[in-house]
Amino acid sequence: MARVDLDVLDPPPGGWRAGEGKAREAAGSGEISPAPVPTVPLEALDELWFQVSGTVCNLRCNHCFISCAPDNHSFWFMTREQVREALDDSVELAVKAYYFTGGEPFMNREMEGILADTLALGPATVLTNATLMPRRRARALARLAADSLYTLEMRVSLDGVTREMNDAIRGEGAFDRCIEGTAHLVEAGFLPILTCMRSWPESETDRYLADFRELLAGLGYHQPRIKILPPLLMGEEAKRTRGYEETERITHEMLHGFDLGNLLCRRARLVTARGVQACPILLEAPSARMGDTLAEAASKPVPLAESACFTCYLSGAICSNTGSTTGADR
Amino acid sequence: MGAREGEGAPRGTRPAASLWRPGPFAHAERPRVRRVAAFGGIYSNHLALEAAIADARDRGADLLLCLGDLGAFGPSPDRTAETLRAAEIPVVRGNYDDSIARGLDDCQCGYTDPKDNHYARISYDYTLAKTSSEHREWMGGFPGELRFRLGALEVLAVHGSPRRMNEFLWETTTPTHFLGGMIRQAGADVLLGTHTGIHWSRQVGSGAWYVNAGALGRPPNDGNPEVWYAMLEEEGGELKHEFVPVSYAVDDLADEMADEGLPEEFIETIRTGWWTTCLEVLPGKERSRGRY
Ligand code: SF4
Ligand code: SF4
Ligand SMILES: [Fe+2]
Repeated sequence: MARVDLDVLDPPPGGWRAGEGKAREAAGSGEISPAPVPTVPLEALDELWFQVSGTVCNLRCNHCFISCAPDNHSFWFMTREQVREALDDSVELAVKAYYFTGGEPFMNREMEGILADTLALGPATVLTNATLMPRRRARALARLAADSLYTLEMRVSLDGVTREMNDAIRGEGAFDRCIEGTAHLVEAGFLPILTCMRSWPESETDRYLADFRELLAGLGYHQPRIKILPPLLMGEEAKRTRGYEETERITHEMLHGFDLGNLLCRRARLVTARGVQACPILLEAPSARMGDTLAEAASKPVPLAESACFTCYLSGAICSNTGSTTGADR
Repeated sequence: MGAREGEGAPRGTRPAASLWRPGPFAHAERPRVRRVAAFGGIYSNHLALEAAIADARDRGADLLLCLGDLGAFGPSPDRTAETLRAAEIPVVRGNYDDSIARGLDDCQCGYTDPKDNHYARISYDYTLAKTSSEHREWMGGFPGELRFRLGALEVLAVHGSPRRMNEFLWETTTPTHFLGGMIRQAGADVLLGTHTGIHWSRQVGSGAWYVNAGALGRPPNDGNPEVWYAMLEEEGGELKHEFVPVSYAVDDLADEMADEGLPEEFIETIRTGWWTTCLEVLPGKERSRGRY
């Protein structure tokens, strides 16, 4: 046997990154600026989000945190060309995953082409209400996925286990159309991730999860993936329940000993038809506008100025595919 | 890749005992090997580990390397530790080893699904209780990464990724440009990792490779009880590698697990090759290849 003295490296300059507990130390070591509002520098651009259908949606849910609707044109569709430019930039920035949201992404007529471009580079996740998912589209998407090295995840929003429960939030007819679209996705070979905003006390989550599994089994979906999200008190949801209290903001003190990796803006940005925002939650907040280009937006720290930041702080990375799955506050 | 033959460590000696000392310690010259067998997560499957060690030696490996996660899932964690120590196999620190060594609350696998957490808790509590303090101390000395030269190639061996011990690098969620950036930044030709439990590899530009060795502890969710390791060598400045299936006494392991009171779900995975727990972290493509 050859003599084997493996040498062991010192930690890289600046230490190990988040996930090994070093972000905790960073929070206490001056990386957070002592400005009136704490700010968070980007650690790595792991997730690139696209507001691909702007604020345009075929539904008008009463809990929509950015109040999307058929007639909400405050953010317009992104073109395939606009997405392609950001995809080009994303290679240099070492993006790890691509997410598409709206509005309803499939309101964008170029969506399938956009996904084809994306899947040539990396994994894609679409946040959809699945009500615009005829069999033909589900099959076309399955072909795109099959042609790619990467996974294509369909994240389907459904807010109740019954027609009554869901449609009270998502509007009449939404349940049936979503169930039909989900069945088409399952039939085409997808394992959609059912995403539901928790509208019940945390203690009842197990019961609802069981009901969801039964509902999905009825569609022939036997490997169900279900993600329960905590409510965001913004947009229509703020009118439905309550808005945030003035005191529900992130302060410097709160960041001591806190792992910044729990905040999406630590590792993500949102590209829209007009500029780049800190994260998909703060589509419209001026404080979260990070610049015109991805490179500019990646270089600037995010001010934790909004009360929605408080939910991130409490609930962790709810937006990613494997964040909170029970809707529980920590 | 210029071959730098003639340099490097003298041949014919056993791996240095200094490997078991806590790092970091540096050498002017990287150790040089010809044929490396890389073992991913062992998950206390000491029977598969023994079979893999014998197989890798038969195939002429001059370095056997473990990429971390000695515990979880299987029975009697001390057996795995004893086997690795007796064979003087260097180990890169995995999230499980880090947790066990430091007595943390959980295994740092990052599960959020309640069912995944339920099973993760059972195996973690069992492993923590059954690992001797001597082995825990030994695990505390595992380095976060190891570098060596495989012929003319610079290899960086980690558990998850160079930036994070518990980062999942799945085949269908890891872009080639992302891997390329990571490998360039590390100044390596080959990045070697595990943590996901499913082996795969990809060339990421001229001469550069990422190799995920998979796991020795449990089969890769493919309906077959064999487990896998990776064998790597250099030829003409290029990486040559293959994944090697390992057959072992599955029934004996299953019996041991039952005797230790480990969950039926774990035993089913060992026997059938299908994952039954910790499914939440699987990407859609990988998961749809499995049964659950
Ligand atoms: S919650 Fe989703 S589906 Fe409902 S209106 Fe908003 S964007 Fe549309
Ligand atoms: S809402 Fe969350 S992700 Fe967005 S800027 Fe605030 S803390 Fe960051
Ligand atoms: Fe691991």
